Amino acid sequence: MSPALPRWADLALIPALNLALAFLAAGLVVVFIGEDPVQAVSVLIRGSLGSSYAIGFTLFYATTFVFTGLAVAIAFHAGLFNIGGEGQAILGGIGVALAALWLDTTHWLVVLPAAIVAAALFGAAWAAIPGILAATRGSHVVITTIMFNFIASALLVYLLVNVLRVPGAMSPETRRFAEGAHLPFMHTMLGHLGIGMARTPMNIASLLALLAALGTWVLIWRTRLGYEIRAFGHSEPAAVYAGISPVRIIVVVMLISGAMAACMALNVVLGYQQRLVLEFTAGAGFVGIAVALMGRSHPFGVVLAAILFGMLYQGGAELAFEMPAISRDMIVVIQALVILFTGALERMVRGPVERLFARRPARAAT
Amino acid sequence: MDLATALAIAESSMRLAAPLLLACLAGLYSERAGIFDIGLEGKMLGAAFGAGAVAAVTGSAWIGLAAGMAVSTVLALIHGLASITFRGNQIISGVAINFLASGLTALIGQNWFGMGGQTPQLFGDQRFLAVELPLAGALRDVPVIGFLYSDFLSGFTVLVYVALLAVPLTWWVLFRTRFGLRLRAVGENPGAVDTAGISVVRLRYQAVIITGLLCGIAGAYLATGMAAGFIRDMTAGKGFIALAALIFAKWRPWPALWACLLFGFLEAIGIRYQGVTIPNVGTVPVQLMQALPYILTVVILAGFVGRAIPPRAGGKPYVKER
Repeated sequence: MSPALPRWADLALIPALNLALAFLAAGLVVVFIGEDPVQAVSVLIRGSLGSSYAIGFTLFYATTFVFTGLAVAIAFHAGLFNIGGEGQAILGGIGVALAALWLDTTHWLVVLPAAIVAAALFGAAWAAIPGILAATRGSHVVITTIMFNFIASALLVYLLVNVLRVPGAMSPETRRFAEGAHLPFMHTMLGHLGIGMARTPMNIASLLALLAALGTWVLIWRTRLGYEIRAFGHSEPAAVYAGISPVRIIVVVMLISGAMAACMALNVVLGYQQRLVLEFTAGAGFVGIAVALMGRSHPFGVVLAAILFGMLYQGGAELAFEMPAISRDMIVVIQALVILFTGALERMVRGPVERLFARRPARAAT
Repeated sequence: MDLATALAIAESSMRLAAPLLLACLAGLYSERAGIFDIGLEGKMLGAAFGAGAVAAVTGSAWIGLAAGMAVSTVLALIHGLASITFRGNQIISGVAINFLASGLTALIGQNWFGMGGQTPQLFGDQRFLAVELPLAGALRDVPVIGFLYSDFLSGFTVLVYVALLAVPLTWWVLFRTRFGLRLRAVGENPGAVDTAGISVVRLRYQAVIITGLLCGIAGAYLATGMAAGFIRDMTAGKGFIALAALIFAKWRPWPALWACLLFGFLEAIGIRYQGVTIPNVGTVPVQLMQALPYILTVVILAGFVGRAIPPRAGGKPYVKER
């Protein structure tokens, strides 16, 4: 942080340059497999934003990533790296499914609050164990949350194969939730308002995601707890000196983070699939890492980054269809490059930019 | 359980432990030098693809091995660039490398071979085949030794022996050479190493390159030794089990061997029996067996059974004083 950068350079220029490098590298990969990157980008944009159908799918994916991205971002503010969003989301899915299976003869207005509570409790509990171990026993939160991802996926397989499977059915999945547990789709809600929209899986969970982003902003920048979280994240010794309990902050942050990651299941399990299946998370917990890094851990940035990744997921599907050489794996490559350039190689851009800004006032002075 | 079954399980454990062991020792060099590496998985996967693809094209498992090691080392150097030169977050870099390998291998594999991300099936010299150890035939009839040597120890692929030999070699390098002493020092107190006039950056890059080479052998073994070709995402968490084994072994070479054998054994049991029945307890589901390495690692990390303390400077970029 030595030569202070102007605020706009820190908040906009550096992330933009990092992102540009990531997409430049992605473009090189496209050239390497013998396709035209310009055409690929135009297909991607058309496929993700070209119609109300495309936009609905883009925002459906984005909703999932807002939840997992916020989960990672909240932990970042406390200086913790919660890499266990995937496992916490799996637990959230189990919670959502249990609530829905139990209450699905009622009404979604009953099921949704129950599902939120169940998802949050399950996800928070799953994150609490690594949190408590990190806070009291000093075990590295990254390693334990990775391990908990694998344990969660084994648990999900066990539950779906041995406990929750429909008797006699082959596929390891729960029964379909009854009508009472179906969340309203965005196209039906907009239909009531007289706005036409193609049928997509986008549902009311998207509004919850926006609320979650707003809530996160309030929590981090407008509450006492948020202040303590940021203080702890900046400097643990200073926070301790100020009377902030590290154990409390670590555990509370992990609880909130886990609950947030788990809420992605509201969108996917309750809003879309309407049953619990294997691998319903589809790596969304990991996308959250890229989203949080790209959004610089700010809820507004997270929402923007989530929409960009939503575009990649939806547009990527279209791309794989129109340009078969660019399979959906390209999304994973882009995700990796975004994490690499905006996260790990951040200083590669920051150094030269800082030198550039440091030189300018000096020249002005002479 | 009869002797033949026990032998089959022991051999299967050994085969499954070998890639874990190579990756675990790979991680050991890096983490002892103060560079956390959760990208073992990605490097193995990249190497598996490189080895599978090149062996299929050239017809030689050895050229495949070299290619696998090259791919893995390139990935390791990216990690080095991010975490040593640009002092970035080592965990984030590792995550990126895992995704990069997962995405690129599937994308390029589909592009080159058009088989849904797989490489062509490998035959004959394109694979590492079982080798008979010297004198295995002659010693077969000797009681006990013959059984252990000729029936158990002989007949693995050459890479399994490489993995086993890497254990004493690593021990010797780390604890009996000047390089090893400096490597361990740079993971504990890089400032002291720097004061002694030794380049921290150079040492850490050396460690990261060794990690890349060993991960490369591990990946090549998966695609050209254990299986007959690359399958997308074929590492399936092995890199993380290796990481778990490294912590379980508290970053030491010989315990790493036992940890990897234990985890290989758990996997072998899980493959052979769909669940194990314990009298008076009931059936242990196979998913619990699969999750056991991870659970054990958490228990070890929590310090309930012998505390695991990582190298002190691990994960922290070194900033030279001016």
